[in-house]
Amino acid sequence: MTDLALPARVRRLRRPGSVGTTVAVVVLAGVVAAALLAPILWPLDQSAVDLSRTRLAPSPEHLAGTDDLGRDVAVRSLYGLRVSLLVGAVAALVAAVIGGLVGAVAGSVGGWVDRALMRVVDTVAALPHLLLGIFIVAMLRPSLGAVIASIALTHWLSTARIVRSELLSLRNRPFVDAAISGGAGRVRVLTRHLLPHVLPRLALATTLMVPHAVWHETALSFLGLGLPPHLASIGNMINDGQRSLLTGAWWASIVPGLLLVAATLALAVLTGRWRDRLDPRVRAELHL
Amino acid sequence: MTAPVTGRRRLAGAGVVVRRRLLVAVPVLAATSMGMFALGAASPIDPAQQYAGAAAFTTSEENLAQIRANWGVDDPLPVQYARWIGNLLRGDLGWSTSRHEPVTSVLAARAGWTLLLVGTALALVLVASVLLGTLAAYRRGGWFDRALRAVAYAVQSMPVFWIGLAAIAVFALSLGWLPAGGLTDITATGTDPADVARHLVLPVTVLAISQAPWFVLFVRDAVAESLRDDHVLAARARGLPGRVVLFGHALRTALLPFLTLVGTHLPELVGGAVLVETVFSLPGLGAVTVEAALGADFPLLAATTLATTVVVLTANLLTDLAYAAADPRVRLDD
Repeated sequence: MTDLALPARVRRLRRPGSVGTTVAVVVLAGVVAAALLAPILWPLDQSAVDLSRTRLAPSPEHLAGTDDLGRDVAVRSLYGLRVSLLVGAVAALVAAVIGGLVGAVAGSVGGWVDRALMRVVDTVAALPHLLLGIFIVAMLRPSLGAVIASIALTHWLSTARIVRSELLSLRNRPFVDAAISGGAGRVRVLTRHLLPHVLPRLALATTLMVPHAVWHETALSFLGLGLPPHLASIGNMINDGQRSLLTGAWWASIVPGLLLVAATLALAVLTGRWRDRLDPRVRAELHL
Repeated sequence: MTAPVTGRRRLAGAGVVVRRRLLVAVPVLAATSMGMFALGAASPIDPAQQYAGAAAFTTSEENLAQIRANWGVDDPLPVQYARWIGNLLRGDLGWSTSRHEPVTSVLAARAGWTLLLVGTALALVLVASVLLGTLAAYRRGGWFDRALRAVAYAVQSMPVFWIGLAAIAVFALSLGWLPAGGLTDITATGTDPADVARHLVLPVTVLAISQAPWFVLFVRDAVAESLRDDHVLAARARGLPGRVVLFGHALRTALLPFLTLVGTHLPELVGGAVLVETVFSLPGLGAVTVEAALGADFPLLAATTLATTVVVLTANLLTDLAYAAADPRVRLDD
């Protein structure tokens, strides 16, 4: 029980560009490259079933074994990751557009509009978002569009808050006053002077959202409420694998999940570093 | 600095806060229910055919029209909405089309198990995260701190149902220590508490582990920060032992914001419970919600979503009150 401040250890811990970043870059690059190149390297007929080779354990021929319909789990997981990442990225973009618009209106108009919009944001934030997502998908019937709508409508809140608070803090800066006294109109100030400052934050928030969007899609697909069953997505595969799990073929569920965890964890580590660099308060601590 | 406020005066504003929160909660619930109703109305599903089930193929068009007329599903939307809300307020939550029984009896039979699952998991998370987070903060930068944070970040990116399946594969199937699912043994005739407890070990632990990273990281950062506070340094300077400083001074200041976190994190916990119940085939609200979603059962889905919203809003109010009771600097009547 020595000194409580521990400055030396903290400095060592906070050193930027650590091993973690390198590992995350390598993992993410490897996984994404494999997922992108999968159709070229391992062409696969999604509906091909080989009932003579069901639930084979991992071997050199099938690195992660086969599922209960005789399909190679490793290759299919890569296909699934492609779908999950694509759906997640598109949904995060849609959410960012919704949130960005709401935040921009709230932050630039202000007054009762701002209060009303922020009240809406608080309301949606208080709802259990998985339940809300399930409700949206159930009412629109499970489909690709419904899944994207379900993710976008439950995930736009953070971007709305970020854009609004950035605009509020930028609004009173001298360069904005200068632009206004120079005769710039409301729209010009917003598009030429404010938005360029907001964009890096918005881009970061959107990237931070991608893993959450992927998890949401995976959860819906796992519940059988997401993408159509014939389409390999990570959630669908984990759901399918449940049948094999009870017979001892754990790989059919666990391997696709592991791939998802590796990809989203690497993405989260990298975006975390990116955020540390954008935030001057944390940056100061980095070079403590 | 304001003059110190006595406990009694502090809670004098509680009524005001409750009233103000209700003023917000009513529009929130109204807006939520309207949004849900609009979505339900936009749904391509015909409630009359849904009610008839397979018989819809043989039922004559007149009969279906009769069902629609009885239910008033062709009335203008505001009329339907008003009728639905009126029934809700009178305690009639409607008829579940997927379970073919009143929504109230579905909720009554199942809400208890979900509450038990969520409540036990929350208690476990709170105790574990305060202990682990404080330990990590005390030796921050040490191996325990680094390992704990690495694990926390890793767990944060694992879907809860995937953790659940992995736990089943290891503890139920490979080792055979615990049951893989269900609430009781198949042969059981009633719900014996010991049997239920054994079946709940895995689900509760999985739910707690999946929610823990948030809380652990929060406690760790909050305690680490408060260890640099003046009053903690002063306590150190007076030569108090490390344990006393840690638990008596640093932890106490750090725990206040924790209350708020519990309130805001409750929706996440509910979502986790839905998934855990599905993985472990528990007869709670989560499993029934999924069933209702697959069958596009609007009355049941709307009721569970609204009921959870009410619970979450109430919990937020309670955390606000607890915060005010615990922190002399917060005054409710501001």
